[in-house]
Parts: sequence; structure tokens; C-alpha cells
Amino acid sequence: MSRAPAKSGLKLGMWLPLVIFIGLFALFVHGLMRPANTNVVSAFIGNPLPQFNLPAAAADRPGLTTAVFRTGKPRLLNVFASWCLPCAAETPQLAALAQAGVEVDGVAIHDRPEDLARFLANNGNPYTAIGRDDKRAVQIAIGSSGVPETYVIDGKGVIRYQHIGDIRADDVPMLLGKLKDAAGAGS
Amino acid sequence: MIAELGLAILWMAAALAALQLVAGGLALRPQGAQIAGLVRPVAVMQGVLVLISFGALIMLFVTTDLSVKLVVDNSHSAKPLIFKIAGTWGNHEGSMLMWVTIMAVAGAVVALVERQLDERTLIATLAGQAFISLGFYAFLLFASNPFARLAQVPDEGQGLNPLLQDMGLAFHPPTLYVGYVGLSIAFSFAIGALVTRNVGPAFARAMRPWVLGAWIFLTLGITAGSYWAYYTLGWGGWWFWDPVENASLMPWLAATALLHSVSVLQNRDALRAWTVMLGVVAFSMSMVGTFLVRSGILTSVHAFAVDPQRGAFILALLAIDIGGALVLFTVRASTVTEGARFSFLSREAALVFNNVMLCGILGIVVIGTLYPLVTEAYGVKVSVGAPYFNPVAAIFAIPMFAVMAIGPLLRWRRDRLAGERGRRIMVPLAICTVVVLAVFGGVEAIAHHIGVLPALGLAMASGLFPASFLPLAGRNLRRTPLPVWGMVIAHAGIAVALFGMASESAFSVERLAALTIGESREVGPWHVTLDGMMPVAGPNWTALQASVSTHYDGGAPTVLHPQAETFTNPPGTRNESALQTRWNGQLYVVLGEQALDGRWQMRFWWKPFVPLIWIGGGLIGLGGILAMVGRLLSDWRRQIAKGKIAYRRMRQGR
Repeated sequence: MSRAPAKSGLKLGMWLPLVIFIGLFALFVHGLMRPANTNVVSAFIGNPLPQFNLPAAAADRPGLTTAVFRTGKPRLLNVFASWCLPCAAETPQLAALAQAGVEVDGVAIHDRPEDLARFLANNGNPYTAIGRDDKRAVQIAIGSSGVPETYVIDGKGVIRYQHIGDIRADDVPMLLGKLKDAAGAGS
Repeated sequence: MIAELGLAILWMAAALAALQLVAGGLALRPQGAQIAGLVRPVAVMQGVLVLISFGALIMLFVTTDLSVKLVVDNSHSAKPLIFKIAGTWGNHEGSMLMWVTIMAVAGAVVALVERQLDERTLIATLAGQAFISLGFYAFLLFASNPFARLAQVPDEGQGLNPLLQDMGLAFHPPTLYVGYVGLSIAFSFAIGALVTRNVGPAFARAMRPWVLGAWIFLTLGITAGSYWAYYTLGWGGWWFWDPVENASLMPWLAATALLHSVSVLQNRDALRAWTVMLGVVAFSMSMVGTFLVRSGILTSVHAFAVDPQRGAFILALLAIDIGGALVLFTVRASTVTEGARFSFLSREAALVFNNVMLCGILGIVVIGTLYPLVTEAYGVKVSVGAPYFNPVAAIFAIPMFAVMAIGPLLRWRRDRLAGERGRRIMVPLAICTVVVLAVFGGVEAIAHHIGVLPALGLAMASGLFPASFLPLAGRNLRRTPLPVWGMVIAHAGIAVALFGMASESAFSVERLAALTIGESREVGPWHVTLDGMMPVAGPNWTALQASVSTHYDGGAPTVLHPQAETFTNPPGTRNESALQTRWNGQLYVVLGEQALDGRWQMRFWWKPFVPLIWIGGGLIGLGGILAMVGRLLSDWRRQIAKGKIAYRRMRQGR
């Protein structure tokens, strides 16, 4: 356990801290030159939707299967729940998107049919289809960590964009743009 | 007026720091003896001036002088006085002034009290301290002037972030800063010793109280910060491996290693180059941490007003100070002669092992903290958290805990564990090992859902706690020196904190519930009922306050009052959690929002033994304090004895 008797080995070791520091310094300079981009890009973008077949969550809308996303036209997939306040807040924006001719499909997370019916009665129903995801299986499979989240899916069923949080009024043109890009990419 | 005065005095202090550096440099030349007398008084004066300047800034905050930009940005006349004062350092500029203040005051204290170290090394140390300070003065005066005025005086300040309006802010940053900056003294001592090539026991004796002092403050600062985050953020967690938390942990790990190696250097004159190296590394970690936090190159919950330009400034300081010190180390350390040797089975060897393990943990924390920066250079975004840090740190921590139990029992230089002495050491250790194995086996057998890591933590802690007290065995407890008590208590504190951490992750129960008034839930052994809601108001906030009655295991009810507070200046919200502490854990209640149907969203956690984390942290700090008091007392006694001897000699000589 005695300190290294080999003089040359010792000397080489003495350079080590300086070398490590120079490496760190280079890293810091690099980090400063490229200010951190705080927008986290979803790792699921570019992935196809997983296979799923969800039962209907509301009486007057069908359930949701992966097949409807392969029809050649981009669609929005909205992950929501009746118990979620921001989901209620974003319904006017979803309605506006539906008005603009966008097909919006919903995945209701951990919900009760009677609660969901009341939610849709109070806030309107922009959805073409609503799938019931009681065990959050689809939500987890598409990398959604909460509600609401909205995905742009192109005509081949590939995820093109993930919007985390509620859709504000000024997000609507951006989403329409993403849908248009997806139409170009998916066709 | 006060602002201009504060700024002028700050400039004067900077000038004195420059003088201190130049005079120190000149005094080290062979013919520089006359100028040497200048260095100490200048260092003292510099400390006094900076203190006045910092006082001026506090004054501005107390009187809410709205012509000063910093006050407008961070304060408000309707804030309680304590938060006005604490607001002084609750921002970038003020905290940097506090940094410089502590640095200069510490330098002044060294200049006043240090008499045992040879004068040349001391002067080199003070010059080194002035050199580092100058960089920070330049940073303050050119890039972060805390005294800047506004051309137009607004009617009111913008107030302080509600999360910072807490007693935690009054104590946590100053404590931590004293720790960070206290390490600058160790750094300067290391530089001084490298310059004069005088690394030995006298150097270690001079440096040791500073390392110990800084380490005590770091320990207490981290512990306090952890508890503050725990109760104020409402996430129910106590450590998040956030870059800023890591920024405080890295210097602590280095200081802990330094604290142990400096004791080897003082007692046995071994580990010379290594100790000097750690002295450089410890403060470097403080500076790297500061850089990471202030430059904004890593995202963190501690969002300082980040500014890449400031980042560039600190980076330049980093390059000059750390790079310079490391170059000096590389050039000089090979000429520092080899220290004393020791055998494989000795206290030195155990301390070396501890040092290597601590540096291993330090390394993995550095890697984990910087890894996102590395991957970002390749365009990949990652975040590194507990799944990396916990198991990888355990690889180093667990062997370290094992050696921690044995090391203090060994003799310096070389030890032999044969015969009677071997039995006296090995039998209690074997019992502790059995405890470890029994607890681990028991936990794994009874509760399958508990992970290996928490189970290992519980087991190691259960064995380490009794083992920590073994150094007291066979001693006369009244005559045991205070530093030994300090070591025992600090080591036991590690075991206590470890038990709390492992228990928190093994046994915590979490419940999310939406409750109507009158509704109840079970949370582990607790039965909680939401009794009512009412509005309450504070000096600068209003809040909704819930009344939650809690019964532990059918016992007598108690009432908790979690609040959801709304601040107006600046607008913001804060969830003030309510905690109920029992001997065996803590119930943690957070009030959330009201759902559309009128139910209140609430979070409950039952965390068995979680207070042990901070009690353990407190014990570690207490151990440090005992060691410090013990050393100061014995130094003081030695001074008195020396004085008496000198007096007698004088009389006999007459």
C-alpha cells in the first residue's frame, strides 16, 4: 500500500488531473456555445403506432383501433380524461380543429362511462372515435406521461408530433401546420 | 447614497485584494522580507471592507430602496423583514457578493489567527486567496453589479419567488456558501504549500480546521436544503439528483475525502501529494458547481437568472484558477518528497481505501451530472436520475461502509490482528456482520417487493450503527478526547441517515385521493379525514387551508392544516404541505386543486423513519462540531502552556 515508488509512473499520474480538467473545460465551452435546447423531443416520433383495439368509451362513438390510422389521411390522437381539468380547457381548441376538417380520435384514460358522458355533454364532443383505456396500456405504449397529450399521426399510422399539455388557442395553427406536414410525409 | 457607498467600498476591497496579491508575490522573493509585514493587515482590512459592502446591500434590501435594480427585481415592501434580509442572497448578484464576502472574511481570519505555519507558506496562501478573490471581484464589478441603480424609480418591487419566501432561504444558502467558500481556504493553503514546497504535518495542522469547518457547514447546509426541498416543493421526495444538488454533493464528497487524508498527513506525514490534490479538487468542485448552476448549461429546479455571458465569465475564472492550480500541482507535486510508508493493515490503509471510494462516488456523480451535456453534444437528450446514481454509487458506498466499521479500530502504521487484540476487534465486528446478514435475509424473506438496494441499505445501516461505537470500547469515556467522540458520532450519523434513506424507499406509502368534505382514506397505518376548508391570509399571501384529522392505528386524532397559498407579489402559488412526525415516521399531506365536481385533490404519504435522514445529517454535523471544539480547546490549552513556559523561562533567565 506504499506510495508508488516508480518515479516515471508517478509523474504520468500527476498529469491525469490536468488532462481531466482540460477535457471538462472543452465540454463546458462546447455546452456554453450551444445553449441548451429545453424543448424535449419525443423519442416516439417516427415510430408507428402500436397495435391496439380499444372498446368504445361513449355510447354514441365507436371504439378505437390502429386500423383507422392507416387510411392515408393524417389524424389527431388526443389522450384525455373526464377527471382532468386542462382536458376540459382544451375542448374549444379541439372543436375548432374538428371544424377545420381534422379527424380527432380520443383515448379516455382511467375513466367511468357516466363521468365521460357528463364531460362530453358539458364540453362538447369533437371526437370521431373514443377508445376506453382503463389500464393506461395504450397511453404507456405511445409514450404519454400524462393528460392531456395530443399526437399527430400521419396516413400510415406513424407518430409525427407529440404535444404535451393542453392545446392553447395559439397552438391550433401550429397543429394544423404539423398535420399538413404529416400529409406530405405520409402520402 | 448607501448603494454608491457600498459600490465604492467594494472597489476599495478589490484594490486591497490586488495589493495583497502583489505584496504577497513580492514578499516571496529572497529580498522581499520587508514587504512581508504588509500582507496580513491588508488581508484583514480587505475582509472588513467587504463585510461593510455586504452590510450596505442588506441595508438596501431592509429599507426596500427601489432605486436599486436588484431590490426592485427581488424584493417588495410588503415582504416580512426576515425575507427582505434573506432576499439579499436569494438572487445571482447578492449571492456572489456573499461569496466574495465569505472568502475575504475567511482570509482575514487566517491572517489574524494562523501562527503555527511557516510565514512564507502563509504569505503564499494569502496571496493565493487574493488571486481567487480578484477573479470574483472582477465578476461582481464588471458583470454582476449588485448596486446598479435604475434611471426610473418604480412604485413597487417585483417581489421574491414564493418558494423562496421560507425560513429555509434564511439559513440554507449562507450555510452552504460558508462551506463552499471555506474550501477556498483549503485551496489556497494547497497552493501556498505547492509554491513553497512545504507539505508536511504543520501544513496539515493549519489546513485541517478550515477543511473541518467548511465540511461542517456543507453537511448542515445540504441537510437543511434537503429538508427544505422535502417540505416546500410538495413532491414528497428529499433528494432528486438535480444538478444543483449534485453541485453541493460533489464538494462535500471531496471535502470528506480531504478531511480524512489531511488527518493522515497531520498524524503520519503520509499522503502528501494526494492531500494537496484533494485540496485543489474540493474547491474546484465548488466552482464547477457554481458554473453549472449559473451558466444555465444544465437545466435544474434551482433556476437562477441564467446568462451565458456570466457563464463565460465563470468559465474563464474556472480555467485560470483550477487550470493554474493543476498546472502548479503537475509541475511541483513530483518534487514534493514522498511521505511516510505504511502497511496494508493499518489505519492509513483504511483511510486510503475510504478516500478512493469517496473519489469513486465523486467520479460517478460528476459523470452522471455531466452526461446529459456530453450526449447533447451528439444531439441526443437524456436525463440521468436515481436509476443510475443509486446503484452505481452503491458499488463504492457499500465497501466503504464496511471499511468504515473496521478502520477506526486499527492502529496507525501497521497493525496485527492476532491473539487477544485480534479477538477484541474481530468478535464485535463479526457480530455486526451477522446483524447485517440477518437484517438483509430477514427483509428479503418477509417483504419480497422491497428492492435489493433498500434492503442492503437497511442491513448495512443496522450493522454500521453499533460498529460505529466500537472505538469507544475499553476506553474511559470521560477521558476520551472530543475528536474521538466526534468521529464516532459522525460515523453513527452516516448509519442513521442511511437507515432513513433505505426505509423511505422501501416502505413509503403514497395515496392520491379526491375527497369531499367528510370523506376518509386509509394511508398505511393512518386513517385520514378531510374535515373542512377555510380561507386564511398571511402578510403577502392568501390561502385555502384544509383541516385534515389523522388517526394513527386507531389512536387519538390530531389535526393537520395543509395550505394552497396564492401570492400576489410576484403572482405565484405554493403548496404548503403539512407534516405529522412520530417516532417511527412522518405523514405528509399536500392539498391540491379542486376538481370540477367539488372534490379536493389531495396527496398523502406515509414515510416510515424518514426523519432519520436529516437527524443523521445533523449527527454528522454534530460530530464535526465536537471534533472542531476538541481541537480548538487543545490548541488553546497548548497556547496557555506555551505562554506559561515562556513566562517561567523569562523569569529564570533574569
